[in-house]
Amino acid sequence: MNHIAFSFDPQWTQTLSMPFMHNAFLAGLCIAIAAGAMGYFTIARHSTFAAHALAHIGLPGATGAVLLGLPVSLGLGAFALMGALIIGALGKRASQREIATGTVLAFATGLGLFFARLSSSASQQMQSILFGSILTITNDQVIGFAIFDILLVIILAVIYRPLLFSSLDEQVAQAKGVPIALMNVLFMAIMAGVITIAVPAVGTLLIFALVVTPAATANIIAASPLKAMVTASVLCLVSIWGGLVLSAMFPAPPSFIIVTLSTLMWAIARGASSIHHQR
Amino acid sequence: MGTSIPARHHSAPPRQADDTAQPAIVFKDAAIRRGDHLIWSHGDFTIPQGSVTAIVGTNGAGKTTMLKAELGLLAIAHGSVTVLGEPAGKANQRIGYVPQSYTSDIDSNLTAEQSVLLGLTGTKFGFHITSRAQRQQAREAMDFVGVADKANYRLSQLSGGLRQRVAIAQALVSNPQLLMLDEPLANLDLASQRATVHVLARLNHELGMTIQIVAHDLNMLLPILTGAVYLLDGHPHYAAMNKVLDAELLTHLYGTTVQVVTTPQGDMFVTPTPDEPAGMNQDTHAPDEVARFHHHAGEQHRQ
Repeated sequence: MNHIAFSFDPQWTQTLSMPFMHNAFLAGLCIAIAAGAMGYFTIARHSTFAAHALAHIGLPGATGAVLLGLPVSLGLGAFALMGALIIGALGKRASQREIATGTVLAFATGLGLFFARLSSSASQQMQSILFGSILTITNDQVIGFAIFDILLVIILAVIYRPLLFSSLDEQVAQAKGVPIALMNVLFMAIMAGVITIAVPAVGTLLIFALVVTPAATANIIAASPLKAMVTASVLCLVSIWGGLVLSAMFPAPPSFIIVTLSTLMWAIARGASSIHHQR
Repeated sequence: MGTSIPARHHSAPPRQADDTAQPAIVFKDAAIRRGDHLIWSHGDFTIPQGSVTAIVGTNGAGKTTMLKAELGLLAIAHGSVTVLGEPAGKANQRIGYVPQSYTSDIDSNLTAEQSVLLGLTGTKFGFHITSRAQRQQAREAMDFVGVADKANYRLSQLSGGLRQRVAIAQALVSNPQLLMLDEPLANLDLASQRATVHVLARLNHELGMTIQIVAHDLNMLLPILTGAVYLLDGHPHYAAMNKVLDAELLTHLYGTTVQVVTTPQGDMFVTPTPDEPAGMNQDTHAPDEVARFHHHAGEQHRQ
């Protein structure tokens, strides 16, 4: 196997019409809506690193669940939620504490590896947890994602203004009567949910490029929060669907192409805006 | 432009006489502690409505703490703090607050208008559409502070001075009776400082708003101040302006030599001397001596 095959697959339209692809496209849509909406707040609250860390805190939950014979998402979600509630309870400032967060992140990743080594099935699943496996998403998972999205949109619509106000300035929001502790915990808990549904697409390692990067690109393009959220969702969707189509055409893993597209769009937007500002 | 006033002030009935007679802020033997550390105690003073008060003192004396106590964000360890006739924290809907950290948050992607609107709608849960009246109110607040032409700029695109004024507009949009600002002039260039002070002067003169300003440099604020709370030797004291502008007092207050100069125009300037002139004898006292000295000043004021 010295020869690296990187050839166009002429049968790609057939691949795309397979049932597993159907699920992957639907899951991609659900993930894009969730990631786009929450990505905006993640950046506004300066909690991007905390969001990244949540995925890693979820890792031992995921491999531990495999060890116990439980669903991966259940373990991942439980650990991410636990981490989210702790970070949320410590306050918005805590989510900016990079050293503490980074240390916990490293420890959790190590623990995830340890759990994975305890059983061969967990070991086999390790790669798909780390790097995603959007092509193996089941019908039940898609239904779960859709329910999560509906709940997410309802909750965000209800807490939208206070969440935005507390993201802009916590002290002013608190003085005006916004329950900032509740906002923190809610934000982090929803974040844990978004991470849990986004990990199957790109895995814990690449989650940043799916949750934060499209929102960052959207922030460059659109000025109002709502427009930025919609733009981020569209960019996220383009990345995921583009990744699925291109991975059917060429022999490359979808996660790689998803992350590449997301990064490219961000780089182009960044470049264009800095040229625009220089003029 | 010069007479534009936030909307509700047009329609609001004139303030009742007893409302203005009621003091804005009353401290009664108030004390604040953080953990085991007593920040200040024996706060005993009354600040009238319609006043412009500076809160002055050295770093770490508890100036920001005082604002937070008045907003009810920090619990009082002893005594009572009454703001606009209610216990601290109960009248916050009638208070506009501009914290110090506000302008440093350059990342915000919100536009100036959206930021100001949050001052009106930011506490509302549930689904709401911003009404035309609310937009008009935001527009008038921005007009008042002179940033209406920047309504669609992102906060991250504005200079520190403009962001400061957007922050003031956000605090103003709900038509507060009392405006609290924490170091509003810090990190601003001279022109921006003057513009900010001018906005504060107009708020006080045209709308009769009571204003409290945490400051470490009084110079810029002197023309508009009616009094100051000075945090010295662990006790806050309130004094009318002529009493605060005492070189000896300010020297103790800042721990460095300060001179008060009366110019031919009648303006007074507080001038921290950069170097000790040769042969000048700086008047220093031990802390307990200073404490007695200022208790006297406070008692005279109360009589």
